[in-house]
Amino acid sequence: MYPRPLLLACVLVALLAAVPLFFVVGYTISVGWSQAWRLLVRPRVGELLVNTTELVAGGMATSAVLGTTAAWLVERTNLPGRRVWHVLLAAPLAVPAFVVSFGWVSLTSAAQGYPGALLIVTLAYYPLVYLPVGAALRGLDPALEESARSLGLGPWRTFARVVLPQLRPALLGGALLVGLHLLAEFGALQMLRFPTFTTAIYDQYRSSFNSAAANMLAGVLVLYCGVLVVAELGLRGRHRYARLGPGSSRPAVPARLGWFGVPALAGFGAVVVLALGIPLASIVRWLVVGTSTAFPAADLATATVTAAGLGLAGALTTVVLALPVAWLTVRHPGRIGTLLERSTYTANALPGIVVALALVTVSLRVLPAVYQTTTLLVAAYSIMFLPRATVALRAAVAQAPPVFDDVARALGLRPARVWWRVTLPLIAPGVGAGAILVFLAVVTELTATLLLSPTGTRTLATEFWSNTNDIDYGAAAPYAGLMVLLSAPATFLLTRSARRGP
Amino acid sequence: MGRVGRALAMLVTAGLVAGLSACGGDDGPTLTLYNAQHRDLIEVLLDAFTEETGIEVEMRSGGDAELANQLVQEGDSSPADVFATENSPAMTLVERAGGFSPLDRATLDQVPDQYVPSSGAWTGFAARSTVFIYNREQVTEDELPASITDLSGPQWQGRVGVAAGGADFQAIVSAVLAVEGEDATADWLAGLKRNAKIYDNNIAALRAVNAGEVPAAVIYHYYWYQDQAESGESSRNVDLHYFKNQDAGAFLSVSGVGVVAASDHQPEAQRLVSFLTSEAGQRALVDSGALEYPVSGQVTANPALPPLADLDAPDIDISTLNGPRVIELMQQADLL
Repeated sequence: MYPRPLLLACVLVALLAAVPLFFVVGYTISVGWSQAWRLLVRPRVGELLVNTTELVAGGMATSAVLGTTAAWLVERTNLPGRRVWHVLLAAPLAVPAFVVSFGWVSLTSAAQGYPGALLIVTLAYYPLVYLPVGAALRGLDPALEESARSLGLGPWRTFARVVLPQLRPALLGGALLVGLHLLAEFGALQMLRFPTFTTAIYDQYRSSFNSAAANMLAGVLVLYCGVLVVAELGLRGRHRYARLGPGSSRPAVPARLGWFGVPALAGFGAVVVLALGIPLASIVRWLVVGTSTAFPAADLATATVTAAGLGLAGALTTVVLALPVAWLTVRHPGRIGTLLERSTYTANALPGIVVALALVTVSLRVLPAVYQTTTLLVAAYSIMFLPRATVALRAAVAQAPPVFDDVARALGLRPARVWWRVTLPLIAPGVGAGAILVFLAVVTELTATLLLSPTGTRTLATEFWSNTNDIDYGAAAPYAGLMVLLSAPATFLLTRSARRGP
Repeated sequence: MGRVGRALAMLVTAGLVAGLSACGGDDGPTLTLYNAQHRDLIEVLLDAFTEETGIEVEMRSGGDAELANQLVQEGDSSPADVFATENSPAMTLVERAGGFSPLDRATLDQVPDQYVPSSGAWTGFAARSTVFIYNREQVTEDELPASITDLSGPQWQGRVGVAAGGADFQAIVSAVLAVEGEDATADWLAGLKRNAKIYDNNIAALRAVNAGEVPAAVIYHYYWYQDQAESGESSRNVDLHYFKNQDAGAFLSVSGVGVVAASDHQPEAQRLVSFLTSEAGQRALVDSGALEYPVSGQVTANPALPPLADLDAPDIDISTLNGPRVIELMQQADLL
């Protein structure tokens, strides 16, 4: 059945990932029924529920539409400059949501409120749909569509009835990621004065650190995340999506857009201007005109090196922790594997502040030696970003045929050598993609870093935030620019690996 | 992976070197300050302290209430030596949890009694006055409220901004609670819930009033004076209105500092608190451009500021300001 050491490793990882969840649930129970009721059933929680739902539902829908449309245009049409568009459309991944938010809100206060929030989160997060849907479109066998067309279905209905259903795993998975990110998003929404559960938890934390009220709100957020994850599992269903039959599929013939190409190109241009142009132009503008603009070279260098170092440490640790989980779910599918894997998702929807507060309490009680050390901070990153690595690794492990391992064993290689010489090279692209995704997240992480890092640690994100809080936009701009510069190469690598993917 | 790998290795090495070089230094202890005051002000004061004593100080920044509660949760294992806040309720919170060592008599003698709790567990080192700011295009002088409690009235619906999530405004609420009592405060907060636009902090509120997004707001005085001294770009259209008359809205909030009981460097920590309240420390505060009021009788405030005596603040015993109760009331009013 399950190899013991593998199972043990997975259980340990799942337990680590569930520490914040246990903490929130435990706190909720210890608070008692009557106080929990008083804190939960009140108009403020209702307001937050409405706001959060509007934002999550709206953001998932707009990201899904924009991401899918863009992916289809890039992958399946004869639009000019598609390679360049691909990079430009994925590039917003390198601009953190709170920098997009900064770019808009420092130019006009009209960006505040729901419409602005919806626009900004869509611009920041649609690549999470665009990339997987694009990859799926590339992997689809066009034969099915051609059969549908030859049987008399028009192009739109072919898309709706043949293509879209095949895109379901990628589309739903991407939309789920958007939803989970929106549940945990803090910086962007705080700047836009759009309160959600996460910003409200932060206000509670500011007012009373680790309080019953904050943990109650976090409890609601956990339930919310559970609903999303289960809904996605349910909608995805149990269909098979792999191609069957002999031979191999050939690339699809690109659709000729004709005059439709004009609005398509205009749309691409608009997305790129809004998602990349405005934030970057805003950074440059503040660098030039800001009265508080300064280039404290030593501070900037330290913050950059610290952010990059934490990003690397976080990426390595998280990938190592994610590997056994991905391996178990793919190579030994079953209920236990699914349960362990899904349990690592919960912390992803918990805001950094909740994860951090849980780790503060747990470390003070159990392991005071790690309190306010980089070790604890990296553990927090791993807990928060484990799903990013797991998802990438799972796909890679699934594509590495176990038969190669068997052949290598049969030819006399010992298991460790097989791993090193056969398996690892096969899954390397997935390892790289997972590490990059985690790196990008860590470089822009704010609240857990503020709370858990050793005293005196300053990263690009914390310095950026501290300056925007004082509305020193000019002083914040260099940090925002460096965050984008640090993220850009990683994002570019990611688009390349997605391009080469199946 | 080759070139990328080498680049990564270089980055890691650079990070390690930077980390190690930060650990170097001389043999004296380095103090850890949990700092909720404005970072640029405290940096000026700490530089003056290090120059005078040779003692280095590292600081961990956060808000009043979060750092206070963090200290309480850390208890005996707290790495902090000294704690400084913007407002006194957070000091009281730590004091009630037994988190402070008593201050040296000589330190307490440097500060007038009204800025020190009777316990002597901590001391004030700076003060700030509550002020009502308004956009002079949108609010006429005869509309100005006589009391902060008037802001719950229907004439202010959608017209007043507050930074409800911040410790500054919560300290002001604690003054209303001390002056007006619990029922009146609860009613007032319910009115604010109807009337107020919520901002992230005082600077955001000041800018919003200046831009005409909201006609008025309640903040502390020095945000306006700092902006005027710098460029005036965020306060050009904004005038000040002090409530005076010992109204709760004339509340003078005291920034506190104390020695953490768990500190392993008690003598050095006492020295820092002593310095901050000494004539030299208070003069550094005035010269820093922070435009907060000094508390020492020996140093006069920046001449740009109105004299404290003119502001006619209410007479409140600072150790009675109740932070946690304020949070509960604000939660009940759905402001938090």
